[in-house]
Amino acid sequence: MCLAVPGKVEEIYEGTDLIKMAKVNFGGVKKDVCVAWIPDLQVGDYVLVHVGFALNKIDEKEAMETLRILKEMGELNELDQSNESEQ
Amino acid sequence: MKYLSEFRNPEAAQNLALKIKEVTKRNWTIMEVCGGQTHSILKYNIDELLPDKIRLIHGPGCPVCVTSLEMIDKAIEIASQPDVIFTSFGDMLRVPGSKLDLLSVKANGGDVRMVYSPLDAVKIAQSNPDKKVVFFAVGFETTAPANGMSVLRAKELGLKNYSILCSHVLVPPAIEALMSGFNSSINGFLAAGHVCTVMGYEEYLPLAEKYKIPIVVTGFEPIDILQGILKCVTLLEEGKNIVENQYSRVVRKEGNLAAKEVIKKVFEITDRKWRGIGLIPKSGLKLKDEFSDFDAEKIFDIKNLQVDEPEVCIAGEVLQGLKLPIECPAFGKECTPENPLGAPMVSSEGACAAYFHYKKVKIN
Ligand code: SF4
Repeated sequence: MCLAVPGKVEEIYEGTDLIKMAKVNFGGVKKDVCVAWIPDLQVGDYVLVHVGFALNKIDEKEAMETLRILKEMGELNELDQSNESEQ
Repeated sequence: MKYLSEFRNPEAAQNLALKIKEVTKRNWTIMEVCGGQTHSILKYNIDELLPDKIRLIHGPGCPVCVTSLEMIDKAIEIASQPDVIFTSFGDMLRVPGSKLDLLSVKANGGDVRMVYSPLDAVKIAQSNPDKKVVFFAVGFETTAPANGMSVLRAKELGLKNYSILCSHVLVPPAIEALMSGFNSSINGFLAAGHVCTVMGYEEYLPLAEKYKIPIVVTGFEPIDILQGILKCVTLLEEGKNIVENQYSRVVRKEGNLAAKEVIKKVFEITDRKWRGIGLIPKSGLKLKDEFSDFDAEKIFDIKNLQVDEPEVCIAGEVLQGLKLPIECPAFGKECTPENPLGAPMVSSEGACAAYFHYKKVKIN
């Protein structure tokens, strides 16, 4: 139950006073997600979503940093290649 | 999907496993707290990649598993009432109470509905003003703000027919209970990444110091878990009892302040009984008095429930990492995911179900 899944923000829209919403794409499946807790969210950002709420943005710089450390250790030779396919 | 494939790269996993072997000099027992991590560990055979010196034990981090039998029985009792629509996340529906589960209430004509988000339960309340809509609010700190938001939203809408049956649990008091109890064989922890996404990891700093254990905030993909283990073993070998963050692409030290604010606004800390473990002081959240109109336990007067756990089930020991599921005499025989006797066999994040699905265990 505590698992959350990453998705891409495609549209941000004002919900009610309390609840700012977004359309989030999870590899083809689109859902309405509450994004009230992420003030600086922009279309194109990736978020981690749990029970209909975005918990946080996925920080690209930090993700790349983790992968860079792995690469430096010689452990992720295909990094560049797999990155390109993700763009 | 962004940053999924990289974190599932099998070659990188093998190399990380080699690195862990290189670093490991002594015997270490590491507990992953979260059921989602237990699931990944067994699914991707991570335990088998590790050197023999490292023992992974599975913690109590599955909210479906640790929700007390009394609470399940209360849910069943409320769901059985004629004017109620009872809503819940799907994985709670099959958890056995002392006699029934929520799905059998549904089969007997009760209006029990699975929802994806607590906000869906609020919508059901909006469109069914003549019914009382109750949402089963279980989960760790990851889920608490979402469930809290449903209460704020119901209040904003002026709904009089929405309430939650609140059974939230908290991770740090559980770690404290495990470390101060008889099971002190744990040398280090992998802390649950998604709980920390909300809460941050400042709460773990005093725990690491007090119990002299490294704690590594860890994600859920195979590379995350292996990297978490590598960090944890490295800290153990160096004798450093500090908190590190492997899951920095999502987790910040302070967590998500807005989500934490919702928890603070709606809930207060309470003692909570954990299924199979017993009462852990200050380990739960309950609704604050000002939200008592939304508290199902106050709206529905349910007392004197008689509850008995099935005798054969050793869920308590499994949830504390004292025994493996396969050591349970009922495992895979009387107790299977189709016919679960105890909660860890129900939820896919439960340790018993994870062993059942992913371990080719011979059952005599
Ligand atoms: S296998 Fe079934 S009976 Fe045994 S501990 Fe797990 S849930 Fe309980």
